[in-house]
Amino acid sequence: MSEMLDQHRDYVLRTVEERGVRLVRLWFTDVLGNLKSFAISPAELENALQDGMTFDGSSIDGFSRVQESDVLAIPDPNTFEILPWGGKDAAEARVFCDIHRLDGSPFEGDPRQVLRRHMKAAHDQGFTFYVAPDIEFFYFETPETGKVPVPLDNGGYFDLTTNDATGDLRKQTIRKLEQMGIPVEYSFHEDSPSQQEIDLRHTDALTMADSVMTFRLIVKEVAASQGVYATFMPKPLEGVQGSGMHVHLSMFQGDTNAFYSEDDPYNLSPIAKSFMAGLLRHAAEITAITNQTVNSYKRLVPGFEAPVHISWARNNRSGLIRVPVPKRANPLATRIEYRSPDPACNPYLAFSLMLAAGMRGIEQGYELPDEADANLFEIGDDVLAKLGIEQLPQSLSDALRVMERSELAREALGEHIFEWFLRNKRDEWRGYKTHVSNFELDRYLRSL
Amino acid sequence: MARAAEVPGLGMLAVFSDPLSPELARTLDLGGYRWKALASADEASDAEPGTGWSGAVVDCSVDSESGWAFARALRKRDSVGLPLLVLVTGAQLSDLALRDELFDDFCLSPFHPTELESRVRHLLWRIDGGTRPEMVEYGELGLNLETYQAYISGRPLDLTYMEYELLKFLAQNPGKVFTREILLSRVWGYEYYGGARTVDVHIRRLRAKLGEEHAGLIQTVRSVGYRFGQSRWGH
Repeated sequence: MSEMLDQHRDYVLRTVEERGVRLVRLWFTDVLGNLKSFAISPAELENALQDGMTFDGSSIDGFSRVQESDVLAIPDPNTFEILPWGGKDAAEARVFCDIHRLDGSPFEGDPRQVLRRHMKAAHDQGFTFYVAPDIEFFYFETPETGKVPVPLDNGGYFDLTTNDATGDLRKQTIRKLEQMGIPVEYSFHEDSPSQQEIDLRHTDALTMADSVMTFRLIVKEVAASQGVYATFMPKPLEGVQGSGMHVHLSMFQGDTNAFYSEDDPYNLSPIAKSFMAGLLRHAAEITAITNQTVNSYKRLVPGFEAPVHISWARNNRSGLIRVPVPKRANPLATRIEYRSPDPACNPYLAFSLMLAAGMRGIEQGYELPDEADANLFEIGDDVLAKLGIEQLPQSLSDALRVMERSELAREALGEHIFEWFLRNKRDEWRGYKTHVSNFELDRYLRSL
Repeated sequence: MARAAEVPGLGMLAVFSDPLSPELARTLDLGGYRWKALASADEASDAEPGTGWSGAVVDCSVDSESGWAFARALRKRDSVGLPLLVLVTGAQLSDLALRDELFDDFCLSPFHPTELESRVRHLLWRIDGGTRPEMVEYGELGLNLETYQAYISGRPLDLTYMEYELLKFLAQNPGKVFTREILLSRVWGYEYYGGARTVDVHIRRLRAKLGEEHAGLIQTVRSVGYRFGQSRWGH
């Protein structure tokens, strides 16, 4: 294993030399999922790969408390990639880092370490966790403060017309993604004006969380280079669909898809069912992480193809979990789709909590409730209540209240992130609650 | 940048004089060379290993006359051209002009260890049929095994280490079908975290980086595994 690591490091150092890399960017993520970066010269890289680079973490959201502010960023040589926008003579590269304490132990404020811990725990039980997100986002003209964002086109779902001014942007983005080793499965114009969807091919969850971070940067970079703006804000426009990040999940035991069963009418194994039951039972508790902004909850409303109710079905897009029918009944493609997350989440933490909730279901042998195949948007709340179908939290405040009481969320995130996240997000909610909006002014100022 | 010493082949260097200077001995040792200190050309004949000397380093800086005599004797005996490097002092530089045929390269003494080591390495490499770095080539794809660099249609391919290793293995075995398990054990070499699905993920990343035009170099053989390039039966 360590010999492998040495070869990895050698390879990275040699590539830096051969490709004339001038700058190596060390990437990591704060607790809220913002990409952070500092650059080192190639001369420092060998040392960085060996011993890590120390930096002051106290100014990173959710990192150290001031008295123990220094942390260590250790590059993961697996993630070394040349960035597709450096010039020929000034190539730049990036490498993701794991954050450690100075004594070498994993730093508990680092979301990547949290996901690593969960992947390892699943692996210890023989599982590898694979994910594939469908990421939606909008292009807008460069925003002006206080103005409603202006879409670039009025295209709709799958549109291929001159209306789709954004097709070119999408094409360039995909080329850059592929150069960075992020294969794309589908891409198309989504339902709303100027809204795009790009579906990534599945990888293990840690690689995918890195890919999502890279994806968001590339989408924004390409847009900026064309003088427009890309946003992953969950609901930027009123009255049309928001942007989600549906996540397709599967678990493998060796080469076998642990979610597949030939005998089951749904082709779902008992493991898949318990995993789904875990996700459903703990869905409300993890929603503050999968949907972490005030704005997220303006997407999770009836009528816009976003889930509102905690239920599952095979082909019902109003439920929280959908079980897609695999092409050609391929057992390897058996998976479930978790539909509430939005692309503004921290992918490391969101994947961690999905995995933790599902694993809890497997460990405790949860029973999967019945499929809810009716369109839940059309059923009254009283009927749903009778069926035992609950709703997802309705606001960030609701979600935080549920999360706060969740032993699963506390354990899965670790005390450090759990506490910091709740504190930070309560603050956000307080800011929102005390803000007097245009809605109120328009509605009340004259009439009251 | 400090790198692990590489041992170039298994050959033995003939080194004059005996004893040789400690700096020279240390430099050769650190470079990973096997060598024998020799006091005369006769000794060089007697002590010659069965496979012959792979090269010679002749230190003329102390005793110029014996040094050149040693070099001349080796040259006479070995018409094929044993790669030979001489060490001379600044004052002896003019000697070189008259003895062009006696050496392949020289180094000023006192020498910088890195310079000498690098000159010896290049000398052996150049003579030993190593006029060009080891390459794996297939159509427009090229992999330079010494620099770890991959190229397609003349443009560099930026690969991660495992992507590079996987592509190298496939390109070294064109036309053969490999199962995921074989690829995993041959390329990753141990029970890897991700299991054989890891192979699929890396293949997809490789195809993405190869670009649409060349993605077909790696073909999926349904319910078996993968094959690089055309099958040996031409379909």
